Amino acid sequence: MAFTTMVGARIRRREDPRLITGRATYVDDVRQVGTVYAAFVRSPYGHAKITSIDTSEVKGDPHVLAVYTGDDLHHAHNVKSSLPVAHKMADLKTPPHYMLGLDEVRFVGEAVAVVVADSPYRARDAADSIQVEYAQLPAVVDPLKAAAGPPFVHESLGTNVAFVFPFAAGDVDKAFAEADVTVKQRIVNQRVAPVPIEPRSMVANYDAGMQQLTIYSATQIPHLLRTQLAVVLGLPENKIRAIAPEVGGGFGAKLNVYAEEAVVSWIAMQLERPVKYIETRSESFQAMIHGRDQIDDLEIAAKNDGTITGLKLKIHANLGAYHQLLTPVIPTLTMLMAHGCYKFENIQAEVVGVFTNTMSTDAYRGAGRPEATFFIERAIDMVAQRLKLDPIEVRRRNFIAASAFPHTTATGLTYDSGDYETTMDKALKIIDYDGLRKRQEELRRQGRYLGIGVSTYVEVCGMGPSAAMPAAGWDSATIRVEPTGSITVLTGVSPHGQGEETTFAQIVADELGVPIDQITVIHGDTDKVQYGVGTFGSRGTAVGGSALKLAIETIQAKAIKIAAHQWEANPDDLEYRDGKIQVKGDPSKTLSTPEAGFLAFMGDNLPPGLEPGLDATRRFEPPNFVFPFGTHVCVVEVDAQTGEVKVEKYLAVDDCGRLLNPMIVEGQVHGGIAQGLSQALFEEVVYDDDGQLLTGTLMDYAIPHAEQVPHYDLDHTVTPTTVNPLGIKGIGEAGTIGSTPAVANAVIDALAPFGVTHIDMPLRPEKLWAAMQPKPTNGSVP
Amino acid sequence: MQIDLTVNGKRTALDVEPRLLLAHALRDYLNLTGTHIGCDTSSCGACTVLLDGKSVKSCTVFAVQAAGHEVTTIEGIGTADSLHPMQEAFWSEHGLQCGYCTTGMIVSAVDLLQRTPDPSDDEIRAGLEGNLCRCTGYENIVNAVRAAGKAMRTGEPRHSVNELMPIHPPAEAPPPSGEAIIPEKLEEAKA
Repeated sequence: MAFTTMVGARIRRREDPRLITGRATYVDDVRQVGTVYAAFVRSPYGHAKITSIDTSEVKGDPHVLAVYTGDDLHHAHNVKSSLPVAHKMADLKTPPHYMLGLDEVRFVGEAVAVVVADSPYRARDAADSIQVEYAQLPAVVDPLKAAAGPPFVHESLGTNVAFVFPFAAGDVDKAFAEADVTVKQRIVNQRVAPVPIEPRSMVANYDAGMQQLTIYSATQIPHLLRTQLAVVLGLPENKIRAIAPEVGGGFGAKLNVYAEEAVVSWIAMQLERPVKYIETRSESFQAMIHGRDQIDDLEIAAKNDGTITGLKLKIHANLGAYHQLLTPVIPTLTMLMAHGCYKFENIQAEVVGVFTNTMSTDAYRGAGRPEATFFIERAIDMVAQRLKLDPIEVRRRNFIAASAFPHTTATGLTYDSGDYETTMDKALKIIDYDGLRKRQEELRRQGRYLGIGVSTYVEVCGMGPSAAMPAAGWDSATIRVEPTGSITVLTGVSPHGQGEETTFAQIVADELGVPIDQITVIHGDTDKVQYGVGTFGSRGTAVGGSALKLAIETIQAKAIKIAAHQWEANPDDLEYRDGKIQVKGDPSKTLSTPEAGFLAFMGDNLPPGLEPGLDATRRFEPPNFVFPFGTHVCVVEVDAQTGEVKVEKYLAVDDCGRLLNPMIVEGQVHGGIAQGLSQALFEEVVYDDDGQLLTGTLMDYAIPHAEQVPHYDLDHTVTPTTVNPLGIKGIGEAGTIGSTPAVANAVIDALAPFGVTHIDMPLRPEKLWAAMQPKPTNGSVP
Repeated sequence: MQIDLTVNGKRTALDVEPRLLLAHALRDYLNLTGTHIGCDTSSCGACTVLLDGKSVKSCTVFAVQAAGHEVTTIEGIGTADSLHPMQEAFWSEHGLQCGYCTTGMIVSAVDLLQRTPDPSDDEIRAGLEGNLCRCTGYENIVNAVRAAGKAMRTGEPRHSVNELMPIHPPAEAPPPSGEAIIPEKLEEAKA
């Protein structure tokens, strides 16, 4: 049996024992003597002038240590009170985004003051005792209205349009002039909330003697957080330590630098006490970033045989009131992925980023790509419906051929590898597509409405080449072979559920020939780990794991030199085979990595000129993104009496290249599907016209329970990539990206007998029921 | 207020404000931080504990209401030396990712099996309606509860973490092929 048994195996996660026994340390579990507690006072209005803030009631309270407002921070020494946005757009409008609202508030939940007390309950009491007077201003929440004119979210800009990003390739006019058929549709990709079950959490402490700030934060990006805090607070970066301990889910919402993180850090410096802030879920709905919220107007040109020839696209992206870290970047990703899996060359697009009186939108699982996949997969179905073709055939006709990779799209991306048709055929066979269509016909005759939805997605991830990122797309890994043979891995990525403590140990166990229990993977502490960019954009394993592979290669090369010296051999004649060093082709004599590490530690028997110690730090700069793909099939039945959707079957056949731990890959797909399905059927963040948040708690905002999601059948194909040395593609977001259109296509397919061609999400019973009612003949709207 | 309660089998005296929630008493007075808090509307179930053997959301119970009663938290459900079958099943079935909802989910699932020792998948899903998970899509949670039910009905002994994931002293380390528990699909994965 080959030695390499770890990579590819379903092994139990090494992070789990602490998690299942309640012994893990999340931010709120960090205990420091003398901790005091912050509570924020937040705007109840979508848009208002702050006319006064009266803190007199709490100032004399012996339990209250301090109260600060926007003015205090704005005039604080060295502090830049405006928060960062990372982008590479020359013309982007970047109005100031103060940590605490200064004079004016622009969304419900914007913090205007913060109070610090000696218990969390007293802090909340004190925050409620601060009297803020506001003069309400006109608000705007609809991005189309906002783009058209006043009222302005930022009066000084004289517009709500933050940027316009046009793009054109090929000859769209010709494509439309020569089209047999065109389909035009407005598709609303509604605003949703990420809702990690752990809300934003942070505790900061300042050691005045060492002039050292330490912040524990529930973040996906501890190093980037450190860098941004250094800029915002005016501190040397080497005097800040950022720690992401156990983090309870992120989904992009913790890929950010929030006002509260900077404020709590600054307060710790003022008070020289540990300051803790754990947001409530209600605050989280108001002030943690939201996702999606695009209005996508598209027009697609096609030939009678279903060949797509051109796409016109206008994206209105609702940015919210301010830019958070990546706000303007997200909708530009939508434009780049507008092609999906299809080879058409003529495209004309425009992305309009619009400020409104709402919380910022930013990266939420998929971040820009789900929107693209949603509209192109819906468009394919609409073309099929118009031409009375099977949606499968339209896809087949337009797929980029497996032989055409690498394939450069009209939008300028180079898809690394793919075989869309094989994956789709596998899915159709498993689900018995033809049989389903027959059953659908039979059931329709009985007045039952089965819907079959297919989505063939491709997505861009493994973020990414530095040149294509707002900042730094590489990542890092250190391997240390300790004197007694255990191996320490320090990774620059910051997993929070993705299981890299296990998958990275699997890679090292195989390559360096050590038992997996001798390997410890450390992450998420800027004082322990070399700079790393973090975990987002399905990059943790694709980029961080590749850096690890490079570090392994460096360790192996040095260990071979050490072995060669022992054996008086030429290093070129030695090799790593089955995790040990041997003479090429001769396993009779071996040296293990721990043995080489011990010799490197002792230092008295090394080749001349070779430094003692066996460790390595390497960084991987990806030459390209990776492009995982797959086919999702959803089968639903819509109840004609109630409009309720029952998901009968869900199948995902994904291709993320080589699988390091299939169990973990499947878990990522399961969770991704649930979130994407939930956007299709249930979830929606709703603001009223004044900017009041109507979905402010888990009572009003629907993330699914176990009963509301189906069993998922999974399978996969394996198309490796050459973008990275592991041959892997990211899988963290693929499930979310593939599932939303599969579910929506299924529901709309079910309603096809009623003449339905499109319904916007969420596809709740009341909408579906209405669509199934007989159309009034007198022209009135029911 | 002075209260007396039993937590994880130990009699415990606390001096608390009447408004203190049981969740906060457990976390902040007794340092039992395995009980998590994920919302403010009793929706998410992360704070689930057993009160006199029945699951409750400890954010919806005042500490003073627990006076004279027995509370079992995740720390009392099982430990690294003696995992509850439910804990082991969540581990083996990959029923968790970030782990934040997991402790409350395990406590709820333990209560579910007390009431329904051999639940169908639909009964498992319905029985966990008070607990939200955002990572797993519930698939492997259902698998874990089913597996735990089976282990409990067949009287499987409890295992320790070390039995399931041994840590070897360097000298005794086995060959690195030691731990693959389900190497299925291996060849395909490597293709």
